[in-house]
Amino acid sequence: MTDLTTLTLSEARDGLARKTFTSLELTDAHLAAMERARALNAYALETPDAARAMARQADARIAKGEGGPLGGVPLGIKDLFATEGIRTTACSKILGDFTPPYESTVTAQLWRDGAVMLGKLNNDEFAMGSSNETSCFGPVVNPWRRDGSDAQLVPGGSSGGSAAAVAAGLCLGATGTDTGGSIRQPAAFTGIVGIKPTYGRCSRWGIVAFASSLDQAGPFARSVRDSAILLRSMAGHDPKDTTSVDRAVPDYEAAVGKSVKGLRIGIPKEYRLDGMSAEIDRLWSQGAEWLKAAGAELVEVSLPHTRYALPAYYIVAPAEASSNLARYDGVRYGARVDGNNIVEMYENTRARGFGPEVKRRVMIGTYVLSAGYYDAYYLRAQKVRTLIKKDFEDCFAQGVHAILTPATPSAAFGIGEKTGADPIEMYLNDIFTVTVNMAGLPGIAVPAGKDAQGLPLGLQLIGRPFDEETLFALGEVIEQAAGRFTPARWWD
Amino acid sequence: MSVDAATVRRIAHLARIAVTDAEVPHLQGELNAILAFVEQLSEVNVEGVEPMTSVTPMAMKKRPDVVDDGDIADAVVANAPAREDHFFTVPKVVE
Repeated sequence: MTDLTTLTLSEARDGLARKTFTSLELTDAHLAAMERARALNAYALETPDAARAMARQADARIAKGEGGPLGGVPLGIKDLFATEGIRTTACSKILGDFTPPYESTVTAQLWRDGAVMLGKLNNDEFAMGSSNETSCFGPVVNPWRRDGSDAQLVPGGSSGGSAAAVAAGLCLGATGTDTGGSIRQPAAFTGIVGIKPTYGRCSRWGIVAFASSLDQAGPFARSVRDSAILLRSMAGHDPKDTTSVDRAVPDYEAAVGKSVKGLRIGIPKEYRLDGMSAEIDRLWSQGAEWLKAAGAELVEVSLPHTRYALPAYYIVAPAEASSNLARYDGVRYGARVDGNNIVEMYENTRARGFGPEVKRRVMIGTYVLSAGYYDAYYLRAQKVRTLIKKDFEDCFAQGVHAILTPATPSAAFGIGEKTGADPIEMYLNDIFTVTVNMAGLPGIAVPAGKDAQGLPLGLQLIGRPFDEETLFALGEVIEQAAGRFTPARWWD
Repeated sequence: MSVDAATVRRIAHLARIAVTDAEVPHLQGELNAILAFVEQLSEVNVEGVEPMTSVTPMAMKKRPDVVDDGDIADAVVANAPAREDHFFTVPKVVE
């Protein structure tokens, strides 16, 4: 039998429906692959017993003809999603062995549709990071290596475990969350597809909150079609999240392969950064050529406030984080560190429980919201955010259907390479992705080529609100032209 | 704008994070790097611009003012680091 871990999700779905193999066989193949790939540190928690139990149930449902859209498909879940009865930590020491008595809406919908959970995936602590180096479980190793080198590279972040697991064949797809680029940047670094849908498309209920006005869940997969299949199950209205949008979920898979003839694709001139690498520039032009060859029309557009998106993000996101993370006080859940009085107990608990990046962001957020600084920082940043969103609205009002940009300014970098004294160096990773969160738009990263050292590079397509379908149609054009990207299994 | 050591200690206290004297210079440098980076926002003309309050235009959803959950005290306290029956316990607050 072929190696079941090399199938795409859609191939596996079809094989399960035809009874070529069972969900239990498929699940066991992935559990074995996970065991052999522990050097990657992609999983923060493997749940083999629960996985086999879910697989047996899925097989029973398939036998009755009630498999569901994801019947028997094994997935990995970012450790930011609350899973009932299964440890959920956001990869922070402060949550200790927190075991939710409830299930997040997004994961509940995946199980409703028949999917099987393999385990919880590593991520940056509270999703704060771009390299998966801030996790309390240690860094994730990118399955990709530079040609002729065995140096360990980061998979990107914050959903680094999700990206590495999907790229390495340790699950057929995975959930992620994206606040400033945490799905699209790791997807680009590992040669896979990742989509952040429109704000409000997926429920945030039961997902550990980082910055509530920016956070959105989305899928990782090895093909555009697979990511469309997953998003359909993840999306939808949820009364438990007041920002979740009451709007029908389209059949996203039907958009894959749809003609892109006549679509107007914006190429924003402000994304051509000073000192941009020739490889990224070439990749971008190549992507535009592919879309043009498929019948799309390219137009130069201007998004004048682009350069202010990252600084505005580093006020808005930490401000919201400082408020959201106030709940971790050692009283209701998580690890407590004692003190002589209640304030000392809070301070010691948070000093011990939070890692350095989380402390930095909580403190910046506290500062920009504090008396006397609110107007100068937070209010100004929210005004700049209005301008960033207006740039996109003006562009779409001119008849532009989607915008093409690079996904990241570089390929994956080495572990430890960007953790020096200046946090800004790491933050610059999100320069192309963060605008999309600030404007609440959908964005997809699709692998499009490799750099001179053999590492994958991705392109990003940004869509109009709730027009994920156009992104899947355009993404498929890039995938058909560029092919799919698979790392050598050096760990196996 | 930049922060001095006393401000770093004040922010840490507001954020309820204990910091040691050895950590302060380190944190001060990092916070100042971030504040210097966001300083460029001061060049944007925001005259007459409304601050964003909701990224997707939507009316606030309301639900009927009724109890729709409850009687799950065991689940609520299940993860508490210290508890007595259905109560969370903390160090003495009132003398």
